[in-house]
Amino acid sequence: MNVSLFVPCYVDQLAPDVAWATLRVLERAGCQVHYDPDQGCCGQPFLNRGATREARRLASRHLKRFAASDAIVAPSASCVATVRHRFAALCTGAGEEALAQTSRTYELGEFLVRVLERTKLGARFPYRVAVLQSCHGLRELGLGTPSEHVGASASQSPTDQLLGAVEDLTLVPADRPDECCGFGGAFSVTHPTLSGRMGLARLRAFADAGAEYVTGTDVSCLLHLDGIRRREGFGPRAIHLAEILANGAVGGAE
Amino acid sequence: MTASFDARARATLPSRGELAQHDAAVWDLRRRRDAAAAEVPDWEALRERAAALKAFSLDHLDELLVGFEQRARGAGAHVHWATDATALCRIVTELLAARGARHVVKSKSMLTEECGLNPHLAARGIEVVDTDLGERIVQLAGEAPSHLIVPAIHKTRREIGALFHRQMGTPEGEDDPERLTRHARSDLRRRFLAADAGITGANFAVADTGSIVIVTNEGNADLGSSLPPLHIACLGIEKLVPTLADLPVFLRLLARSATGQPISAYTSVLTGPRSGGELHIVLVDNGRSELLADPTHRSALACIRCGACLNTCPVYRRAGGHAYGTVIPGPIGSVLGPALGGKQGAELPHASTLCGSCSAVCPVKIDLHGQLLAWRGERRRPTRGERLLTGAAAIALRWPALRGGARALLRPLWPLLASRHPRNPAEPWLTVRELPPLPKQSFRKQWQAKRAASKPTVRPARSERSEP
Repeated sequence: MNVSLFVPCYVDQLAPDVAWATLRVLERAGCQVHYDPDQGCCGQPFLNRGATREARRLASRHLKRFAASDAIVAPSASCVATVRHRFAALCTGAGEEALAQTSRTYELGEFLVRVLERTKLGARFPYRVAVLQSCHGLRELGLGTPSEHVGASASQSPTDQLLGAVEDLTLVPADRPDECCGFGGAFSVTHPTLSGRMGLARLRAFADAGAEYVTGTDVSCLLHLDGIRRREGFGPRAIHLAEILANGAVGGAE
Repeated sequence: MTASFDARARATLPSRGELAQHDAAVWDLRRRRDAAAAEVPDWEALRERAAALKAFSLDHLDELLVGFEQRARGAGAHVHWATDATALCRIVTELLAARGARHVVKSKSMLTEECGLNPHLAARGIEVVDTDLGERIVQLAGEAPSHLIVPAIHKTRREIGALFHRQMGTPEGEDDPERLTRHARSDLRRRFLAADAGITGANFAVADTGSIVIVTNEGNADLGSSLPPLHIACLGIEKLVPTLADLPVFLRLLARSATGQPISAYTSVLTGPRSGGELHIVLVDNGRSELLADPTHRSALACIRCGACLNTCPVYRRAGGHAYGTVIPGPIGSVLGPALGGKQGAELPHASTLCGSCSAVCPVKIDLHGQLLAWRGERRRPTRGERLLTGAAAIALRWPALRGGARALLRPLWPLLASRHPRNPAEPWLTVRELPPLPKQSFRKQWQAKRAASKPTVRPARSERSEP
């Protein structure tokens, strides 16, 4: 399958290893991965700050860059949620055909499990790992069942399914499994006290659960949490899902 | 760039202990809601039904209001229309003055809080006693409610004990909730019996019967509406439901969503005045018609004030209700805030991570986090600095070469950015966490270098172009 790699702007700048890991995991799953080095930003940080005009410009550009792709995969649930759920209202003039790609845009784990139907990718990670649920992944992309959901389970979490198939990895459940970590984009700097209080509470919950690593689908939340860990001097290290899946597999991780 | 909301949160819940206690107390309500909702065979279908009923009611609000007025009058009630807070205060004052009423007992009504009725009456020498225990506590403390359902949730039992000791003469050091409640109860009972008038809110108004519906756990609204000769019920025009048969849908959702009870202790349907008494119903607009005309935000009028969005909100739990500075705190308060005016209008929609849990618990399915996002766009008031930064970032994100240049400039400065200094632009990030290390090169650069060095393992995208 032909896959276009969507590397969110901040992943490109701050976490290139995560982009490489995503690329390798996709290749290992048998995909032909294309990367367009001229891609930019989906516009989410602007949209969430209310800067609609700038967001629209970036979103339109994003639509054009990825127009020819069969499937678009990103190591970030919140960017994918923006593309899938906010682009139609944002790029009103884009036309149905251009917007069709938004439903072909996937978060990495979602793509592996739900499109390729693969969970076992030969990774090994001999640690106790807790999952930091990404709110946008959980509630906007349906990657799992939120704790407030009532009734039969809505959907399984691809993240959990993938981690469950990693050799020697122990998943440790944390208290309040899907409480927000407090990153929230600009919120992290406009509301530092609250963001810090929320992040610290998550870090403590993961530490109490005995986790050695905390993983998730979003580099942004993980960087926030890891920054708090380094400040506070306790708690599990952050590692992106793609990095775990790329670890110790046939072909090796870099 | 740091929002004043953040500073108010620090002031509202200053210590780790207070923070932990508030978070735990509010989270407990969320857990109770989860358990109670799970007992209903088809909770999601019930939410759908309630959302549809509310949408219908808002679409037909004009007819429902006229029908309600007719039937309420037919049942012997007087109906008044108040266009705004001033009108409500005037109508109530006149009603009280005409009967020489000096002592008023009042049950919980967020609407009268919104309209500033208590201070208005107090300034005219009328004694108003809040009779909901939580409301009474905040009234004695001279504070505003910090939660829709649990107005004094920000106070510890020790604080309440000390307050009652000062204001009601309870024994010093007494902080047993049950004994404190008994004291408050006997004090209130005396006031109920002596009151000239009772003021209540209403949770619903039923168009086809002209009834108002009041839900409480303490029965205080029942005493306030039946003991004094005059009962004044104040309600927003959005409280209308079409028929009495629609009521159970909301009653099943309301108490479960609010406190996890299958039903509140007292649900009273009042049709007309009690025998020998007078009932005046004041229907208040105060900005609601305007909101109704706004296609993006009208659904916020569906709110039944259960407080579930507050309980689940990770920001509310760690900020405390007073940080919002509005009558209604939490996600729904931040959604209604910009519409109903107030200085916090532009700021509050940003006091959220948009985690979406509010929308997922809302019993009438208001897309709360979608509304917050919409308000951010509509009420954008960036500072000059932010406008510059936003503009520059938006350009850099369209031009990869520019991004590369900016990164090259920034790289040697990174250690400076990572160290704490009041004038460091990264300081808001650094107040609670460290800056991540900056990798040597972006992924894009690494990929290009690798591609240039060897035969590509990665195929270039078919649409590779250089212009944005």
